[in-house]
Amino acid sequence: MKKSYKIEVDCANCANKMEAAAKKTEGVKDAVVNFMALKMNVEFEEGADVKAVMQNVLKNCKKVEDDCEIYL
Amino acid sequence: MNKKQKKLLFRIVLASVLLIGIRVMQEFLSDSGIKEPVWFLLYLIPYLVTGYDILKKAGKGIVNRQVFDENFLMAIATVGAIAIALVGKTGDYVDAVAVMLFYQIGELFQSYAVGKSRRNISALMDIRPDYANLEEDGEVRKVDPDEVAPGSIILVKPGEKIPLDGTIVEGRTTLNTSALTGESIPREVNAGDEVISGCINMTGVIRVKTSREFGESTVSKILELVENSSSRKSRSENFISKFARYYTPAVCIGALALAVLPPVVSLIMGNPAAWGRWIYRALTFLVISCPCALVISIPLTFFAGIGGASRAGILVKGSNYLEQLSKTGIVAMDKTGTMTKGVFEVSGIHHSSMEDERLLEIAAHAECFSTHPIAKSIRDAYLSGRFRKEESAAKPVIAAERVTSVEEIGGNGISAIVDGKQVLAGNGKLMERFGIEPIACHHVGTIVHVAVDGSYAGHILISDMVKPTSKEAIRKIRAAGVSRTVVLTGDAANVAQKVAAELGIDEIRAELLPADKVTEVERLLQQKKDGETLVFVGDGINDAPVLSRADIGIAMGALGSDAAIEAADVVLMDDDPVKIAKAIGIARKCMRIVYENIVFAIGVKLLCLVLGALGMANMWMAIFADVGVMVLAVLNAIRALFVKRV
Repeated sequence: MKKSYKIEVDCANCANKMEAAAKKTEGVKDAVVNFMALKMNVEFEEGADVKAVMQNVLKNCKKVEDDCEIYL
Repeated sequence: MNKKQKKLLFRIVLASVLLIGIRVMQEFLSDSGIKEPVWFLLYLIPYLVTGYDILKKAGKGIVNRQVFDENFLMAIATVGAIAIALVGKTGDYVDAVAVMLFYQIGELFQSYAVGKSRRNISALMDIRPDYANLEEDGEVRKVDPDEVAPGSIILVKPGEKIPLDGTIVEGRTTLNTSALTGESIPREVNAGDEVISGCINMTGVIRVKTSREFGESTVSKILELVENSSSRKSRSENFISKFARYYTPAVCIGALALAVLPPVVSLIMGNPAAWGRWIYRALTFLVISCPCALVISIPLTFFAGIGGASRAGILVKGSNYLEQLSKTGIVAMDKTGTMTKGVFEVSGIHHSSMEDERLLEIAAHAECFSTHPIAKSIRDAYLSGRFRKEESAAKPVIAAERVTSVEEIGGNGISAIVDGKQVLAGNGKLMERFGIEPIACHHVGTIVHVAVDGSYAGHILISDMVKPTSKEAIRKIRAAGVSRTVVLTGDAANVAQKVAAELGIDEIRAELLPADKVTEVERLLQQKKDGETLVFVGDGINDAPVLSRADIGIAMGALGSDAAIEAADVVLMDDDPVKIAKAIGIARKCMRIVYENIVFAIGVKLLCLVLGALGMANMWMAIFADVGVMVLAVLNAIRALFVKRV
């Protein structure tokens, strides 16, 4: 399953770090952060609990870039 | 500016004023005997005002084991500089505070510039309609396009965007399709015509019966496609993010080595260590190293390139396709519907025993009841008046009452009585059947022989017309550096040959079945040189497999055709083949800017790093290497948006 989220982040490198952090989160098959459109496209693993996974994604992103936001 | 940016600006201004004030005070009171920690504490105020968030982020980064980011670099560099001043008792804290200050100015500028260019590009691509005038129970009210169900009637006034796809039920107008196609010539539409969302209604009020909901409408499809396009990252973008991943830690380690090794070596050699000097150099090193200029300018260039292309009616589905398109070596194309109009038109009248117009008139009348496409093209040619010798006031009309005893002779043609004369119109077999000797045609196409009262009257040549811009398109594709052009067609070899010769296409592969086209493209893929890409251009209707097999599939004339938008990597919104060359041109320009930015940013940084290590670059130069390079790279990236003269 794929979903797209609006994000808020200031610099392009931070966006790259968010992408890497999201990719590493359990339950996420693939993630792409589009800095220019301020969007994050997440592809989930089969049967993953989207809400819980996204909470973890947000937590992991906050870890690498304190100043970011994902609008869930 | 948003709230965050305003706050940052305020902090920068406040800190600048404080810094200057303290510096002036220090100048005047230098002999007053104020002891050291006082100055340190005073300078700490502007330092914290500008940099507290950086320090906080750096601290959090360490806790979260994200050590080598630019916050960390800046924190270490400035804290280090302050420490040197404090330990060395020089009282020179200005550098440290100024570095933090300039870093923040750079951050502010970057976020402002990027935000602004993002908005500019998005505004250019903004074809999203804000509302629809829904007509319900005789009343018209403004609603969100999302709320309009298929089959509703909406009213579109002059100057408004058509919010949803549909069919005109009442009214006529001209539409400006330039936001979708890049084509500036307005299009005339009447009741019964289909209209596409995103076009701007220019002249008349129309009532439209919607055919799809908003989410399925052309405008939503296009927006979705363009917005998602930068998610498919190009190799250059991946290279840069990888580069940044290794570069920052590498520079940090380099800085550490620079701070420690030379003094230690110096000590071993028996000389003074000069710790202060080397640490300062190491800190300069850190300031230069910030990778953001690089990381921001590459995706921004692609974003601008894709935005510019979509303004020209070329939708590129991802940065990676733009990158590949710039390396086009072979262009293979479909003939019918791509290079030719795909509709049959009368292209000539030969050996006629009477005036061309008269022959056409007779044939058009004989064929007036036929639904065959050939018959239609003859009628259209007659009605258009294209073959008239001189302009006369009377418009050509087909009067069915002039025609009697129409008989369709299957597979051969038509026999009819027109104005009391026996008319035969059809192929050579029809002529033979009635014992008439037809004159063979040496042109390529479908031939309709006409006989009147048993004697041969001439023939009408009907062929698929080459698009008026096809020749220019091929010339431009060649000028864009494409070495090989190939036509793949299901048509007969002689037809293909003629078109190829006329347009200047290198090779033809004729009489191909749809499956053969895939095989043929695979063969071409093997023949192409390394680093080149093969582009296939089709009209997207029946060549989906070929479109997906080629490196880049370009579908043209896709306005309103979902299948083509799905299958292709690049979509041309109208069917002008010149756009193929334009797409390649835009891709080349975009990639040129990308490489310029990569070389420029990395080059300047490396140069400054070397100068910094040698002690020839101070903090100020380091700030330029960071902020200045970023600004220039962003400005250069924006150039990709301008595609008018590509």
